This record gives sequence, C-alpha cells and structure tokens, in this order.
Amino acid sequence: MTTTDTGTRRGKAAAGSEYHAKDGLLLEVEDLYVEFHTADGIARAINGVNFDLYEGQTLAILGESGSGKSVTAQAIMGILDVPPAVIPKGQIRYCGEDLLTMQAEKRRKTRGPEISMVFQDALSSLNPVFPVGWQIAEMFRVHRGMNRSDSLERAIKLMQRVQIPGAKERVKAYPHQFSGGMRQRIMIAMAIALDPAVLIADEPTTALDVTVQAQIMALLQELQEERQMGLILITHDLGVVADVADKIAVMYAGRIVERADVYDLYRQPAHPYTKGLLESIPRLDQKGQQLAAIGGLPPNLMRIPEGCAFNPRCKYAQDVCREDRPALRLVAPGRESACHFAEEVLNG
Amino acid sequence: MTEASTIAVSAEAGQPVGGQADEGRSLASDAWRQLKGNPIFWVSVSLITLFVVMALVPQLFTNVDPGAAVLKEARAEPGADAWFGRDIQGYDIYSRTVYGARASILVGVFSTLATVVIGLVMGVLAGYYGGFLDTLVSRVTDIFFAIPLLLGGILFMSTFPNDQNTPYLVVVGKVVLVLSVFGWPSIARLMRSSVLQVKPNDYVQAARALGASPWRIIRSHVMPNALAPVIVVSTINLGVFITAEATLSFLGIGLTPPAVSWGVAISDALVAVRTYPHILLFPSLFLSLAVLAFIMLGDAVRDAFDPKSR
Amino acid sequence: MYKYILRRLIQMIPVLLGATFIIFVMVYALPGDPTIGLCGERPCPAAFVAEFRDKHGLNDPFLVRYFTYMGNLLHGDLGTNFRDLAVVDELKLRYPTTAKLAGMAIVFETVIGIIAGVLAGIRKGRFIDNLVLVSTLFVISIPIFVIGVTLQYYFGLKYPIFPATVGSDVTYYKLLLPAFVLGSASIAYVARLTRTNLVENLRADYLRTATAKGLTRRRTLSVHALRNSLIPVVTFIGADFGGLLGGAIVTERIFNIQGVGGFLFTGIRNRDPVSVVGTVTVLVLVFLIANLLVDLLYGVLDPRISHD
Repeated sequence: MTTTDTGTRRGKAAAGSEYHAKDGLLLEVEDLYVEFHTADGIARAINGVNFDLYEGQTLAILGESGSGKSVTAQAIMGILDVPPAVIPKGQIRYCGEDLLTMQAEKRRKTRGPEISMVFQDALSSLNPVFPVGWQIAEMFRVHRGMNRSDSLERAIKLMQRVQIPGAKERVKAYPHQFSGGMRQRIMIAMAIALDPAVLIADEPTTALDVTVQAQIMALLQELQEERQMGLILITHDLGVVADVADKIAVMYAGRIVERADVYDLYRQPAHPYTKGLLESIPRLDQKGQQLAAIGGLPPNLMRIPEGCAFNPRCKYAQDVCREDRPALRLVAPGRESACHFAEEVLNG
Repeated sequence: MTEASTIAVSAEAGQPVGGQADEGRSLASDAWRQLKGNPIFWVSVSLITLFVVMALVPQLFTNVDPGAAVLKEARAEPGADAWFGRDIQGYDIYSRTVYGARASILVGVFSTLATVVIGLVMGVLAGYYGGFLDTLVSRVTDIFFAIPLLLGGILFMSTFPNDQNTPYLVVVGKVVLVLSVFGWPSIARLMRSSVLQVKPNDYVQAARALGASPWRIIRSHVMPNALAPVIVVSTINLGVFITAEATLSFLGIGLTPPAVSWGVAISDALVAVRTYPHILLFPSLFLSLAVLAFIMLGDAVRDAFDPKSR
Repeated sequence: MYKYILRRLIQMIPVLLGATFIIFVMVYALPGDPTIGLCGERPCPAAFVAEFRDKHGLNDPFLVRYFTYMGNLLHGDLGTNFRDLAVVDELKLRYPTTAKLAGMAIVFETVIGIIAGVLAGIRKGRFIDNLVLVSTLFVISIPIFVIGVTLQYYFGLKYPIFPATVGSDVTYYKLLLPAFVLGSASIAYVARLTRTNLVENLRADYLRTATAKGLTRRRTLSVHALRNSLIPVVTFIGADFGGLLGGAIVTERIFNIQGVGGFLFTGIRNRDPVSVVGTVTVLVLVFLIANLLVDLLYGVLDPRISHD
C-alpha cells in the first residue's frame, strides 16, 4: 500500500489536505434542489434533500430510476451539465465549506483528492484510447505533479491493491481488453488513488454478473474500512447494499422518504414505498406465493403529484395525502419517515 | 481496403443510422416530422425546385435566346437590357445562366440515379450473398474506388472528346457515364455494410428460414435501414457530380461549346476575369447555389434521421 | 502487424492491376492515329507511321501491350512517350513541386480545419459555431476553380499580396495561395467532421469521468475529448487524398505550376497516352499507399482496432 492509514483518516493521511472534518462530519447536504430546464418544461429531479455523511460511514441511497439518487451524486461531485441542470437552492458542505459557492478552481481540486466517484458502466466511463495504467496515473500527474514513471508505479500498486491479476503486465492494456469486473476494479483504483475522504459509488455493480457483484461490493467495503472513507452507495437494488451499508436513505421523486439503520429498515419499514419495495423481493420462505409489486408508475418529474408524491400508488393514501406533503420526521428512535401514516406502516 | 468500409464522399455522412428494420417506419415518420420543422430543408427544397424548373422550362425565366450574340455589346455590365450583362462574345449572361441549369441538373440527377442503382446492386450482392461473390465485388469496388472521380473523368473525356457536331445529349450522356462509372463505389460500400449489419439479426434469419425470397428480405428488412444513409450520401454526391461536370468543362473537356453550361461559362469568363469579373460571377453563383442546395438537403436529411444530432 | 501490412500489400496488387487496366483501356482503346500532329499540318509519311507504330509497339495486340507495360512498371519504367521523353524522368522532375503543394494543403486542412472545428464544437450553438458551420458550407459548395480564380484575382492581382502564378521557380511562399485553394474544401470538411465528433465525444461517459477526476477543462478537452474526435478526421484526410490529386490538376493549371497535375493535363491536351497512363498509374499507387498508411495510423490511434 502506498499511503496506509488506519484510524481516523483526516488526522494522519490527509495531513496535506486543507480540509478538516470536525467531529468526523465530512459531508452535509442541506435542502438541495436540482431542476432540469428542457424544451418540454422543467423537470424537478431533486426537491429538498438533506443528509450527513461521517467518516467511516456507509450511506446507501436507494431508489428507482428517476428518483433523483444519481442526480444527487452528480450534484455532490459537481459533474451535472449546467445547463440544462440548475441548482436553485441548497448547500453541499464538505468539511464545512459549501461546494456550490466555492470558486471553480478550488472545487476542481477537491475532485479526486477529497471526493471521488465510481460510475456504473466502467466500459464507457473509461477512455477507450488510453491504457488503464495511464488513466490511473493521470490522477497523480495532475493533482500531485508526479512524473510519468513514478505515477505509473503508483498505478501498478493501486491495480494490485484492487486485486487485478498481473497488474504489472496489464498496466499498459486498454479498457476493452479487460472483463467487466476487472474494469470496475480499475475504476475503483482510479477513484481511491488520491485517498479521498468521500467515495461515491453510483450503481457500481449494476452492469455486472451476480458473482462479480459480490466481489466488487466486498472490495468497496474493505477499502472503506481500511481508509475510513465516507462511502455513498447509490443503488436500486436492496440486496446489494444490505450487508455493506450502515444507513439507508430511500428516495422517491426527488425526496428522501425514509431513512434508518439498515437492519431496522429491513425488519420493519416505516414508509409504504419502502414496504412495497421489500415485498417485491422474491424470498425463499414465501415460495409459491404471488410476488407483490408496487402498482402504477413512478411520477413524471415535470408533473409531480400534489401532496405526497407517492399517493397515487399508495394503499394507505387518504385525502390528507393528496393535499399535504408529509415532511421527513422522526417516527421512532433512529427512524425517519415522510408519511402521514408512518406509525401505522411501522406497526402494521 | 475492407477495413475502411464506409468512406463516403463526405465522411460525415458515412455512418449508417437507425437501428432495426422494424423501426424503419416510425423512424421515417419521425424523420419527416423533424424535416418539416427544419427551415434549411425548405430553403434547399425551394432552391432545388427552382433549378429543376429552370432546367425543364428555361423559357419561363427568359425570352432571350442564349445563342443570340450581340457582339458590339460584348462585356457589357449588368443593366436593363441584359440583367447580368453580356459575356465576351456578347451573349446575354442571364439567359445563358438560366439555360445552363439544364446541363448541371441533368448530369447531377442522372449520375446520381445511375450510381445509386449500380451501388445498390453491387452492395447487396456483396453483403447478402457473401463468400466468393463478396470478395469479387469488393475487389471490383476497390478498383473503381482507387481511381479518383476527377482523374477518371479527365481520362475518359480526353479519350472520347467532343466536337462542334456532337449532339447535346451525347455530350451530357458521356459525362453522366463517366461520373457513374467512377462514382458508385461509395454507395456500394454503404449498402454492403448496411446489409451486413442487418443480416445476422434474428428476424432476418427467421424470414429466411420461412422461405422469404432474398429480394423480399432485402426490400422489407435491409432497405428501411439502408435508405437514410443512401439518401444522405447520394444527395451530397449529386452536388459533387455537378461540381465535377463543371470542373471538367472548366478544363475544356467536359461539356464544350456550343453546349451551354455553367462550367463552360466559367471557363469562358476566365480570360476576362481581371477586367470584367461580372462575367464570372453569375454562373459561379448559380453553380454554387445549386451545389449548396443539395448539400443542405443532405445535411437536413441526415440530421432528421440521426437522433444523436437532435 | 507485419502480417497485416503484408496482407494489405498483397490485396493492393489486384486493385492496382485492375485500376491500371481500366486506365489502359480508356487511353488506348480509342481509335485514332497517334501520329496526328507529329509532322506539322500534313499527315505523316507512311514510312514514318510504320516505324513509329513499330517503335512504340502499337502493332501488338492490346493485352500484350498491357502486360509488357506492367512488366516494365515493375522495373520502374513508365515508358517513353511519343516525343522520346522517359515519363519517369519527367515525373521525377515534377513530383517535388506537387508533393510540396499537396503537403502544404494537408497542413492547411489539418491545422485550420481542426482549430475551426474545435472552436465550433466547444461553443456549440454559439456565434462561432454558426459562423464555422455556415462558412464551411459555402466553401464546400463553391467549386475549387472558382475559389482559385477568385482568390488569384483578389490576392494575386488586385491586392498583390501573393504571387499570382508560380512558374518554374518554385518557392514555398509562392505555393501558399495555391495550397490554400487546393485544401479549401478539405479544410471545410475537416472542420465540420471535427466539430461533429467533438460534440459527440463531449457527451461521452468518459468525459464525465475526466471531470470527476478533477482534471482542468483544458486538459479534459485537449487530451480526452480531442484525441478521440481526431480518429475519424485522420481517416478522412487519407480518403480525401484522391480528391486532392484531382484538385491538384485544376490548381496547378490556374496558378501555372509545373507539377504532376500540370504534366498530366498537358499530356491530355497533346494526346500523349504514354505520359497520361504513367502519371495516372503513379497517382493511383500513391493514393492506395496513402490509404494503407491511414488504416495503419487508425490502428495506432484507436487501440480497439486490431490489425492482427
């Protein structure tokens, strides 16, 4: 390992960093809104999202496509295309400093050394015409001013760290010459190259085979524990994150509708949407029964329903749900839900 | 040269567009809706209509005989008598420019039709039947592709030169012939790659298994896919052919007097360009506008069929 | 790689044979007496004609003549024309000029074309983009000889910044204007192609990755986006070589350049089939080799293409 750091990360390894996480608090997302201004109208992708991320914590953000989970990740990373994306409101604070109002050059320098990201499709996310080693080494050259051979040495070490067999020989190979799982390992190596405090993984295993999925998740977990990173796992698949995540935030129509520790949420969901998601997972002990699915479709982001966005699909829905939008509130110790009938859901 | 399989006249237009054949219809209607809203499409269509009408019935635009020379007024500047002025032999430039459209449009349209027919047949033969036939046709395509259009044109036209008595249609026919002979490879390569793209699909295999004739498979599965890129490349080629004809005439071996053509007019104007640039201006302007119209049409069609550019 | 080059060279043989055969047919199939004009206004004496035909092998069957010619070609002999000049020597004398002209044109199309295309691509939909799109459209539409004559008139005669004609004493400076004219349409094509590819690549996932890696926008564009966008441009420049050779004939005529194109045109004018066949054969060979080089370069630029 290059910069082995155990214990609290900010104290030791990030000695060169100008950012210091107070009480381990890395990231605060506060009242974030993101809109996409298109020819057909305004799509409201994120509508007031709040969450914190601490050192060594793994937060899973769960949701269907269009729920705003990837947009949240891209907003934090600062890689939304502006326009069409507009951030009318909100703050994303990294170690207390708001990334959204930060000077562009300063923010650029946070990408990689401070906050880093792994994408879903490694084949299209890696540049097809450069060797993978070169692409990893680029991090050291650009951010650390290293020369060619030193940076390539570091790249080989990273490739070894993410368990790519024959790293030394394959450092000059191109992305298309690797398997899907190996490519994702390369993406991960690139993302952790500069020892970031926050790692965002946007559906890191969706494009992979089931067996490979587990390996990649295990690798991410291992790296996270080793470096005490704050890890944000974006996924639509409950099964993938169950073993890895500490906390889960469930998103629907651009809002967090439920947040809890992972085992609490699994055992007893506090929002009808989460409940529906859990019931739609096939289980061995319910063999032969009809699989429950959530009726209806996710809302059109240009016309999000009045009141609770989930009300047209919700079997608990009453008049109040169509008029009054429920806020995310504490419904039991460590349990937050944005539902008027959260208690009933939790106990029923 | 099989690797560079779709190098067309415009490399931009070389990529086949569209996905599956069964998307053909909706793709076409989508494209049409897109085209209707594109002002460039309407500008180019209007220009092309204008030039085609000019080629068919030049009398609509002028009463002046293009062969009537008024020597004493030679090189006259544009004026009320002759709108565009007169050339070095005293011909009315406006009238000759209007009548000159016919040669360019004839050459452009017929060369394009011929290249599309030859290219379609060759491309389908190579792509659909494969094997030895593919090798043979592809090699022949390579051979004709290896001779640049203008070089081939120059060789052919210098071997079979025109003289004063060669009938107009023979002169035009020769130019059409040589441009077709050396112009078809780009279409053939495009067709071949389109066929190869569609052939392995399950629905094509199913149709073959059900005993559909090759012609039917090509018509209903290959054509919808290949049509858009062929239209794009051939409209742009049409402009290229018009330019090639003018270039040959400029070199004195394409159309030759007494035939009236923009290329001939430009060639004639060169001797006087220093003192009377207007003689060069008008035929050049019309020629460029005609070429521009076809290129814009090709661009508009490509944009309509290529969802990525929207 | 070497296997691939060898295979491609072998594939080139039938293409070259076929192409030269077509050229041969087109030039020699014509009926007519090649001695016309050799003896002034009057027809040549019968004895002269007989000797002439014998000397140039005109009495042999067509195929025999073709294969004799191809055999000689292998030794680098392109024949002796009816004025007793060896075509090879004539070409040797003239090809440096045309090579300079074409080389400068390619430099123009690469440099100006790519810069214009990049400027348009990174400012998509803005003023500069529209300017590039519209101006290139016009350049493509105007035939090369009109551009040539017009620029010659304005910059060679009316405002004599450049020499209007080149003549026998060839310098790079004199070739600037002709090379620009020769490359003009290709500049426009390269600009449009660069723009299209750049716009497409700017939306690619790996560009998002480049931003997420904290690279400067400058590096993202110049290293990650441009490298990929230029691959098709290189192919185009190679495929365009044929057009450039054709255009050289026109350009050399307008600017009175004593190059290969001028030689070819004189050969056509003087009914000199030996010169014409020899020149065109060489041009086709150059074109084929250029295409091969481009395909090899393509493999170097794009690692996904395998030449094994």
